[in-house]
Amino acid sequence: MMLIFYKRAIKDIFDNRFLNIVTIITIAISILIASAFYLFFINANDIVSSWKKGIRLMVYLKPGTDEAGRIELKRRIKGVSGVQEAIFISKAEALAGLKEQMQRQASLFENLKENPLPDAFEVRMEPALQEEAAVEKVARRIESFAAVDEVEYGQLWFKRFTNIINLFRLTGYALGGLFFMAAVFIVANTIRIVLYSRREEVEIMRLVGAADGFIKTPFYIEGIILGALGGIIGLMTLLILFIFVVLNFQQSLAGGIFQLRFLPFGFTTGIVLGSMFVGWLGCYLSLKQFLKI
Amino acid sequence: MSEAIDKSALVRMFHVHKRYGAKKALVDASLDIFRNEFLFISGPSGAGKTTLLKLLYLGESITEGQVLLDGINLARIPSKNIPFLRRKLGIIFQDYKLIPTKTVFDNVALVLEARGRKRGLIRKKVNSVLRTVGMEDRSNALPPSLSGGEQQRIAVARAVVGDPKIILADEPTGSLDAESAKIILELLKGFHARGGTVIVATHDQELIRKARGRTIQLKEGRIVQS
Repeated sequence: MMLIFYKRAIKDIFDNRFLNIVTIITIAISILIASAFYLFFINANDIVSSWKKGIRLMVYLKPGTDEAGRIELKRRIKGVSGVQEAIFISKAEALAGLKEQMQRQASLFENLKENPLPDAFEVRMEPALQEEAAVEKVARRIESFAAVDEVEYGQLWFKRFTNIINLFRLTGYALGGLFFMAAVFIVANTIRIVLYSRREEVEIMRLVGAADGFIKTPFYIEGIILGALGGIIGLMTLLILFIFVVLNFQQSLAGGIFQLRFLPFGFTTGIVLGSMFVGWLGCYLSLKQFLKI
Repeated sequence: MSEAIDKSALVRMFHVHKRYGAKKALVDASLDIFRNEFLFISGPSGAGKTTLLKLLYLGESITEGQVLLDGINLARIPSKNIPFLRRKLGIIFQDYKLIPTKTVFDNVALVLEARGRKRGLIRKKVNSVLRTVGMEDRSNALPPSLSGGEQQRIAVARAVVGDPKIILADEPTGSLDAESAKIILELLKGFHARGGTVIVATHDQELIRKARGRTIQLKEGRIVQS
């Protein structure tokens, strides 16, 4: 019996080739755009995570803080919850490090009468406490100590980037929702046109005693096939674009620090199942309207 | 022929009315149709012949009254059971109602496919009925390539392939030449001879005379002679 249903579904797809191709392309584009947003999101998240892992606070000391003050400050910093380590970097060490990093611009340092850099502590966070809110809390606590002039950890930039990612995520959700509705509508319309072109056949089937399941199942199979093909083609296109980007732009985009990754297998499976659901739903809506007894 | 009729009623109609808005298509129709009967419903165009058949296969709902078909009350049948009721029937239409994109074989096989029969059985049964109606050699043809008489023979094959209890035929020879009409009548007689019940709506007096079954006359929706 299922063989008969599959045959009828596939015959319908071929008989209404143009219509079905348009439907598959529409679903594929919807899947491609929504998945592209998600792909961007997971890779951007990876970048943020990698930054978070290396997050450090630079605690700049007020000028004139003596050694006793530094020892006391170090003790107090290490006492702050979430701090793993506090390493003192004297202004001489900082200048030496800067000179090391800027060897080509060595002339800049030649006329320097005194070291303009402050003494500092490099504070490392515990791995479990690297959420932005936790880092900010620690930074504020340390900033409240009398000997501290300023605490810096790139917060502004960090916030902006997180905001952009969140914006992308919301846009992804909104577009995903819109494309979902568009795809359902397109599938429903396709099935409606197929049903309309076969209304006489459907009527004859009923007259010879065909139950609703016998009439509807091939249409459901057709809808699910359209959804699956749309989903697979959308994802394949995204994969091809992704490979192209990785081969050509990985170095400049990610700075070679980490690997860009494609959508996880579970997610792609979910996308294909979701697009099959879209096909089923579109079909259900059409059949419900068209095949009223 | 009528002497052999099993006198238990297969169809019972009690004061049946059918209205389309204000138009009365069938008025207070009461009728018993017996097992293995060959019944003609006769009358001029618009008398209600087709309406009466439609009520029997639930192509239309009953406005008022009761119809029992093989013990099933058609006025109260749940819609999910309608396909099962229709499997007791074989329906033949004046315009054949064959699916033009399916082959002759597939048109006939559809009845058995809808009942979930196995492919081997379907092939055997369809070939057998196509042989009976003399269309076995055209099983791969598409209906539009056949003559009217041939298409109606396929319609008869489709009507009998599911071993129905009743054949309902609406003007089965209405658009056929005399020779084709004769073949169709012989096929209906053959079904009747094998114990089936045949109900034919027609205004073809020649057909009625040749078949010699019981005839009821309809006029303006009323049974005027039974």
